[in-house]
Amino acid sequence: MKDLVARMRARIKQLPHPNLFCAGALITAAIVLMVVVGLFYMPYGPTVMSPDRMQGISLQHLMGTDKMGRDVLSRVMYGSRITLLVALGTMIIGAGTGVLVGAITGYYGGIADEIVMRVMDVLFAFPNVLLALIFVSLFGSGTFKVMWALGISFIPSFARVVRSEYIRCKHLDYIKNARLQGVGNLRVIFVHILPNVSGVLLSNLLIGFNNAVLAEAALSFLGIGSQPPFASLGQMIAEAQAIFFRVPSAVLGPGFVVVLIVLGFSLMGEGIRGTSEGLE
Amino acid sequence: MGSAQDNTCQSEVILEVRDLHIEFHDHDKPETAVEDFDLTLHKGEILGLVGESGSGKSLSALAIAGLLNRHSLTKSGQILFDGCDLLTCERSRLRSYQGDEISIIFQEPMTSLDPLQRIGRQMEEALRIHHKEMSKDERRKLALQTMAEVGLAEPEKVYRMYPHELSGGMIQRVMIGAGIIGQPQILIADEPTTALDVTIQAQIIALLRKINEERGMAILFISHDLSLVRQLCHRVIVMQRGHIVETGDTEEVFLHPREAYTKALIDAIPKVDLSEFAGTSDAEASHVR
Amino acid sequence: MRYILKKIASTLITLLVVSVVLFMSFQLISGDPATRMLGTSATPERLEALRAELGLDKPLIIQYLSWLQAFVRGDLGTSYVYKQSVAGLLATKVPVTLWLAGISFVLMCALALPAGVYTAKHAGSPTDRVLMVANQVIMAIPPFFSGILISWLFGMVLRLFSPGGFVSYERSFWGFVGYLVFPAIAIALPRAAQVAKLLRGSILEEAGKNYTRTAYSRGNTTSGVLYGHVLKNAFLPVLTFLGMSLANMLAGSLVVERVFGIPGISTTLLSSIGNRDYPVVLAIVMWIAVVIIVINLIVDILYRVLDPRIAEEG
Repeated sequence: MKDLVARMRARIKQLPHPNLFCAGALITAAIVLMVVVGLFYMPYGPTVMSPDRMQGISLQHLMGTDKMGRDVLSRVMYGSRITLLVALGTMIIGAGTGVLVGAITGYYGGIADEIVMRVMDVLFAFPNVLLALIFVSLFGSGTFKVMWALGISFIPSFARVVRSEYIRCKHLDYIKNARLQGVGNLRVIFVHILPNVSGVLLSNLLIGFNNAVLAEAALSFLGIGSQPPFASLGQMIAEAQAIFFRVPSAVLGPGFVVVLIVLGFSLMGEGIRGTSEGLE
Repeated sequence: MGSAQDNTCQSEVILEVRDLHIEFHDHDKPETAVEDFDLTLHKGEILGLVGESGSGKSLSALAIAGLLNRHSLTKSGQILFDGCDLLTCERSRLRSYQGDEISIIFQEPMTSLDPLQRIGRQMEEALRIHHKEMSKDERRKLALQTMAEVGLAEPEKVYRMYPHELSGGMIQRVMIGAGIIGQPQILIADEPTTALDVTIQAQIIALLRKINEERGMAILFISHDLSLVRQLCHRVIVMQRGHIVETGDTEEVFLHPREAYTKALIDAIPKVDLSEFAGTSDAEASHVR
Repeated sequence: MRYILKKIASTLITLLVVSVVLFMSFQLISGDPATRMLGTSATPERLEALRAELGLDKPLIIQYLSWLQAFVRGDLGTSYVYKQSVAGLLATKVPVTLWLAGISFVLMCALALPAGVYTAKHAGSPTDRVLMVANQVIMAIPPFFSGILISWLFGMVLRLFSPGGFVSYERSFWGFVGYLVFPAIAIALPRAAQVAKLLRGSILEEAGKNYTRTAYSRGNTTSGVLYGHVLKNAFLPVLTFLGMSLANMLAGSLVVERVFGIPGISTTLLSSIGNRDYPVVLAIVMWIAVVIIVINLIVDILYRVLDPRIAEEG
């Protein structure tokens, strides 16, 4: 155990920006801790209304209450759980399918690749929220349906990146060598090339996860996603927008939690990536 | 070639490096890359600086050209040119020499030019910076003239081309042309032929010799290739691991090396005579003109 | 010239492919428009008559072609809900989104390009560090949250505009622009942060290349190297992102239009999806697709103009 900690410390020290990484990891850990605690204990039920409406920050309500007297902190704990789950599911669906599409079109090429990628290029340029919205109009609303809609809307971004990596990799000597030795196409795609794509994929996953969090929050802000009375961060902000000038805590609470979730991951990503020498 | 005794010792010293130290601070412990480096360059001579990779020869050359300005690196000693120390003088003073009195060409010609600018514009850059009094037409005329001088066929056409349309050898000619266009006193050639194939290499060497003879320009020639140095240089400095091992007139060093390291380097030269290539290229270069 | 013609041809093909995909998927999800228009209580005869009138009894491919023909002529169909032409419905919405996008884009460039250049030039300095951390934070703020904060700061504290009091351009053009500046900040900020970061990274990468060393060796000042050589090279990778940002802005910002109560195409799209008013949805989505594809074309042509290396590949 001690050995593990020491090794971890050494690894982190080698990163280009250990401080940024640690700051990000700390923020993320705090959010995860809040969500995990929320699984077992919340100060109040997230849907329980009380007569204490629109209260500011107090010891009883650390983030105040909303216009129905519900405890904002409890709702934030519940809402972040949903947001993280949806973002995770989105990444699994989006990255999984995107890698598959990108790998196959990139590796085989041809007319099918041309057509699929043309459509992917256009879809990629659509804002994620908009694309997800169109799919929601197809599937209907609800937490899991939103996850699917978001997942599908993230396919193009992964497919594009993975495809270009595959096009690059398939001309490398060792891949040609493997094919000359009679290794099957599927094995080349998944066993020989895929590990080379993992670096690019990881940084895209970090960025994609953030975009998924932001997109989920935006969708729930627009009233699509988990339905009232259940809490989601965006929807809480939408509901509290009207009373922001009286009870800012009802907007600021969930708002800052969204910011922290995204910031945590992006700082970790920054810490891992390197920078080059300056102009002089 | 090689008989340099007649024009070195008595002629004027234009560059003097004294006790140059270069240290890196990229890691926890500082690493010394160059130590106790001294050099004197006389007017009109070709001085060779040889050593294996990592011997500090290119770093010393970059320091003389004023191109070592990284934060993670310290330099000490003196680089005296035109009565001022290039290491400590003001940046503006250093810049007024760069490209005008001291020019440099590099090892990787293909990446040494701005990919988005036409050759002509890059040929004229030093003139635009240091000779603002020249008119556009004068600059253009001088650029075309210099391009012909460095053996670029059809200078008018090359003038309008972009770097990616040229071969490595042509780009190195452009680099030399752009370097000498302001008639500098010193041309530093940092492994100028390493990335080129052998015939082109011989042509570039011939071109450097021609420039030295016709323009009387001093050349500091950095190479790991002793046979090239022997063909071209009047005097030579041998470096190993950041230190100067041996220095002297080229023929003297080649015929009577004093140090074991120099001997080993000389023994490692493949016995091929490149002078016949050099001969053809001379003819070609004059033919182009 | 041949390159541009070739690009335009391939753009047209992309547009066709996308229009087929969109038309087909909306046919699949929208169900029977005749039932929708007449209600479920309508007699089968009337439904049949309307279907024939709308051409719904014909094969899909014919329906597509007649839709496409009408679309190209500017006839975008009829809204189920408002019973008026979609073109007429959008005529007042599109300019609002166009102006909002235009202001956002200008703001984004005005913020990001100087910030990117400055932080690259002073990389590692305290200002650079502070700005880069600020950048990370700005990128993490969702536009609806920043929108609310901007409404509060500029609307309630500084009283520069009244949140929710959208001014139409017919009433007062400058009032309209003055109102849009604030939502434009909410749209522009996170993108500006991204562009600044991208540009900074790109400049630093170019600064490490050999031609930069050559430029210094000719006696250039740092500014001379930066503006004379590095910037143009560093700008190339940023161009794609700028194009994509513009496309995104023209597609309309769903949340920002909502926060600021702006009657643009996003607001219309959202309500049309809610109402299952598919002709409107299809028209807006097609508009967005056309915008994206045309901007991609423009970016391609700009690359060709800016980068001589692309000309070779033709």
